[in-house]
Amino acid sequence: MDITWYLVLSALLFAIGAGGVLLRRSPLVILLCLELMLNAGNLALVAFARMNGNEEGQVFALVVMVVAACEVVIGLGLIVAMYRRRLPLNVDDLRELRG
Amino acid sequence: MSATTSAWIALALPLVGSLVIAFGWRALPGRTAGLVGTGALALSFVFSVITLFALLDHPVEEQQLTSSLYDYASGLGIDIQLGILVDPLSVLMLLIVTGVSTLIHVYSYAYMEGDAGYRRFFSYLNFFVFSMLLLVLAGNFVLLIVGWAFVGFASFALISYWYRRKSATKAGMKAFVINVIGDVGLVLAAFLILRELGTVDYLTSFEAAREEFSVDQGSVIAICLLLLIGAFAKSAQLPLHTWLPDAMEGPTPVSALIHAATMVTAGVYLIARAHPFFELAPTAADISAVLALAGLIMAATIACVVTDLKRIIAYSTMSQIGYMVMGVSIGAYTAGMFHLMTHAFFKALLFMAAGSIIAAMANNQDIDRMRGFRKAMPVTSVLLIIGALALAGFPGTSGFFSKDEILAYAAERGGFYTLFEIGGYVAALLTAFYSFRIGFRVVAGKPCEEAKELEQGHMAHADPVNPATGEPEDTDVGYPGPEHHIAERAKPMAAAMGILGVLALVAGFIQVPGVTAVLEHFLEGSFEDSELFAIHPSVGHAWFGLLIGGIISVVGIAAAYVAYVRRPGITLDLRQRFGRIHDFLFARWYFDELLDFLVYKPVVGTGRFFNRVFERYVVDGLVNGAGGIVRGAGQIVRGAQSGFVRAYALLVLGGFAALGLYFLLVGA
Repeated sequence: MDITWYLVLSALLFAIGAGGVLLRRSPLVILLCLELMLNAGNLALVAFARMNGNEEGQVFALVVMVVAACEVVIGLGLIVAMYRRRLPLNVDDLRELRG
Repeated sequence: MSATTSAWIALALPLVGSLVIAFGWRALPGRTAGLVGTGALALSFVFSVITLFALLDHPVEEQQLTSSLYDYASGLGIDIQLGILVDPLSVLMLLIVTGVSTLIHVYSYAYMEGDAGYRRFFSYLNFFVFSMLLLVLAGNFVLLIVGWAFVGFASFALISYWYRRKSATKAGMKAFVINVIGDVGLVLAAFLILRELGTVDYLTSFEAAREEFSVDQGSVIAICLLLLIGAFAKSAQLPLHTWLPDAMEGPTPVSALIHAATMVTAGVYLIARAHPFFELAPTAADISAVLALAGLIMAATIACVVTDLKRIIAYSTMSQIGYMVMGVSIGAYTAGMFHLMTHAFFKALLFMAAGSIIAAMANNQDIDRMRGFRKAMPVTSVLLIIGALALAGFPGTSGFFSKDEILAYAAERGGFYTLFEIGGYVAALLTAFYSFRIGFRVVAGKPCEEAKELEQGHMAHADPVNPATGEPEDTDVGYPGPEHHIAERAKPMAAAMGILGVLALVAGFIQVPGVTAVLEHFLEGSFEDSELFAIHPSVGHAWFGLLIGGIISVVGIAAAYVAYVRRPGITLDLRQRFGRIHDFLFARWYFDELLDFLVYKPVVGTGRFFNRVFERYVVDGLVNGAGGIVRGAGQIVRGAQSGFVRAYALLVLGGFAALGLYFLLVGA
């Protein structure tokens, strides 16, 4: 099968994820969309690996998964902490760090 | 014990004394601090004597002993050691400093008894002597500078000892600032010596100088002139002397210490110590001698008119130091050091007598108010007259032999140097006059009220008031208050003065032309390489000089007798007839004003200009401008920091999109 289809699917997934990150306000959903973007990247990596006939891309994909797992751990931790302090779970309201 | 070991011990003792008094003050009740301080000094004197005998055991050509505790800096061809040089010159100074200082400590033990700052006083006093010993014993220019600066600090601490007195703190600062000017000169000289000769050690640098420099080469003149700045500031010579009369704000024993045993003699010692440099730069030596002669005459004229008892003695010191600086500058090393020694005796004696009288006068120092103390204070009066005789160079006293030896040497060198002989005799006449201006004013005449009271056994107790400003004294921080101590009643004071009195009378006999030459032989070890040292005035010539000196001295004393005892009105007449000259002299040749105009005002004016204009517009502009640029840039970027996470994400994505687009376009 032509590599193009994989890349199109990957681009679609990435665009959907990016749109979610930009448009949604709930930190949980933003995290989900980030995962989507990362997995779109993974798909492209694996597809390229198959195309070139070696395993390097697959290894990269594994690394990305590890990073994603770490990110989720931290992200979820933050969200739980915010919930405990009864802060609104809305990224637009959480803008203490504005300049 | 070797000479260097005992010298190290003599050096360490005053430091130990100072530290014990300073940090052991809780454990030292009452007058113990005085005992500790005096004891440390007396022991130090004992070890100085041991050093002397150990040194005399060596043959003349091996009398320059060095000893180092450790290398302070070595490598790269620089070799600076914590080392001392024990040779006849430094041992002579060691003996004078520790000996006279011990007597001054004994005197202070009683004189400062009523003072609330008794322990502080003795701690400073011991530190002062330690600094002076360090200066004297140092084996290289770096250690010399350390001692030099310590002496400056110690004088500052002691001059402004009564620190609630504004005039005292001012005088202390003045002394300190002028001394720092001297320190700078000395440091620059050391740098120059290091650059030119690659060493700062005395003996090696002298040896190298003889090989490296030709006579009157620019760099050796520069070294000597820089050394002279240091010497003149410390010894209160002509352009840098204004601190000395003001330094009278310190307690009287301090004045005695500064004038007799330490501090002002340092310049004389430095020139004698660095004589190989000065002999290679006769121009610099002549400059020094001319300035010393000018200061000598100037100070003598001022001493004839000022009315403050201690200031008269202060100007007399400046004048006598002028003789010494002149002496060592023209090559009369023995004579210069000899005069330094006898001067230490009679000047300390004069100050002690003055202290005793000032105490009896309840701190009034105006000699116009003093009169007729001969019955009330016989001991002080006799000793004061002895001191004045020695200062005036009366035949037979110590000052007679030492001063005239310098002048005889100047005559022997002849030519241009005859000028110094003539100037010296002119100043000698003035000296004889003003020393008996003190003597007759204080001792002779009808007793003043204070003297009358004292004859009946009471002492005049005035409220302590600062004579300079009239403000009441603060007795809490260490002002003697109404309790004064005079030599007639305090045994230690009388004892110290008595010993000095004897020395002032007889010390001259160690160096009588044609009869004895003790000092000359002793100093040979330090000056054997010097050609000028080998010059001797012939015995006949020297005695002829002594004759002239004796006549001049008697004439001066007679003039003072006429002016102050026989016809007391004559001075008033003179003052009225020559009012201008009197005012000029009384204002001390307007030297303070001149310095004010030439140095202080321009410096302060420049400072003000830089503060008002340069600082405000240029420096502030640069600093604030740099801050402003950063702040402005921050203002612009601040808008982007909205805190909206999604906006940041959009920026990141947008940025990546833009990058991607760019590469696509370029790639295409």
